[in-house]
Amino acid sequence: MAHGHALPTHEENMKVVIKGFILLLIVTLAEVGIALIGNGHLVHGFHLSKWIMVPVMCLLSFYKAYYIVSEFMHLGHETRGMAMSVVLPVLLLVWGIIAFLWEGDAWRNNRKKVDDKEKLPVNTQPMKENKTGSLQHDNTYLFRG
Amino acid sequence: MAQDTAVKLPEQEHHEDAHLWEGGTEPFKASYGKLMMWYFLLSDAFTFAGFLIAYGALRFSMEAWPIPDFVFSTAPFNIHHAPLIFVTFMTFVLIVSSVTVLRAVQEGKNENEGGVIKWMVATIIGGAIFLGCQAWEWTNLIAQEGTTVFNNPFSTHVEAGKYLTLDEISQIPNTAKVQEKIHGQDVVYYQDVVNGTKYFTKADHKGEAPENMSFEKGSSYLVTYHDGQYMNAAYKTAEGVVKTEPMGPKAFGALFFFITGFHGFHVFSGLVILSVITLNVWSGMYKKRQNGHEMVEKVGLYWHFVDLVWVFVFLAFYLI
Repeated sequence: MAHGHALPTHEENMKVVIKGFILLLIVTLAEVGIALIGNGHLVHGFHLSKWIMVPVMCLLSFYKAYYIVSEFMHLGHETRGMAMSVVLPVLLLVWGIIAFLWEGDAWRNNRKKVDDKEKLPVNTQPMKENKTGSLQHDNTYLFRG
Repeated sequence: MAQDTAVKLPEQEHHEDAHLWEGGTEPFKASYGKLMMWYFLLSDAFTFAGFLIAYGALRFSMEAWPIPDFVFSTAPFNIHHAPLIFVTFMTFVLIVSSVTVLRAVQEGKNENEGGVIKWMVATIIGGAIFLGCQAWEWTNLIAQEGTTVFNNPFSTHVEAGKYLTLDEISQIPNTAKVQEKIHGQDVVYYQDVVNGTKYFTKADHKGEAPENMSFEKGSSYLVTYHDGQYMNAAYKTAEGVVKTEPMGPKAFGALFFFITGFHGFHVFSGLVILSVITLNVWSGMYKKRQNGHEMVEKVGLYWHFVDLVWVFVFLAFYLI
């Protein structure tokens, strides 16, 4: 371990500890508070839109994560190269999250399409031969990509 | 010409920092062990991210999903209808243990063995309390509410409707009355004689009917569970169609138990490592190394990481 600089004093240590504890506690309570108020548990009849709650809770969580990594894990005080060697690979997840949530939404739409098709009335009319020579109902719904 | 290029090897230029290639320096000003702990944690972060992203994709793919402040509203000592209170306590315990391990690392740098041991023991206690809470939470979900990796009774309504009373259920055509002893109570329900569908009245775990028999689209429900039997309540949609409350998306149980279980396993591993390192501190092993108790710093990194992962597990499963 490089002892190039003097160790922090007890007061400096305690400052980091107390500030970190209070900060994490307040942000966590804020998140829970938003969840409870937004879902109508605290103020009767009052609700918040998901479109406000979810982004705010995500931002608060990312702030907590940043604080833990930077201060508690001390990465903010390591050399820049070391910090970047850890942080830059994590940026790949930005793509991962967007891509897979997008994909999940596409699955939901496909499920809906299948459900809607199953709700169609069963066709009791006899089938007819179409241009290509295969049998087909007059009003067959075709899946088009 | 080819000969020319073969002969003309690049000259060994002498840079000022050529000595960096001779080894023995630390470009990142961090020891090998600490650096490798960071890269292990980076890889572990990708593992957790993979699980959480799979959770997000599956959740986005479902029409109905259990709402956390309805699912997680039970706490020990018979506390009900207390949304998110117990898990907030668990999060608090983890934050406190993260702070105590930070104190241990600081005392380690001061070569103060007594201080390190004191704060390490405090951290171990915090981690153990967290695991105990998780064990209670799992037991309640599995044994009381019937959520397993195969079944999930929690969901949200995808349409508005009204629960049927036993009288109304008895008028459903092609059904026969069944009387059964479930969980020591006489339960009456009607069963379709053709396809075997069971129509129950809506009741909570104590067997009490809900205050409000009608429900809206998007409201939460729990299919009552006793002794391995799910009692799916009968309801009538606005169009007058009789249905039974379906079970919730199966993926919820599997994802919840797997991801919180994987995190809990990290907490457990952390407790083992913390204990071993505390014993080593006590034996004076790290003081001899005169490197500011670097092993304590490494386990501190790991323990902060466990707290970091919980930030996102908490966000994905309990807040959103």
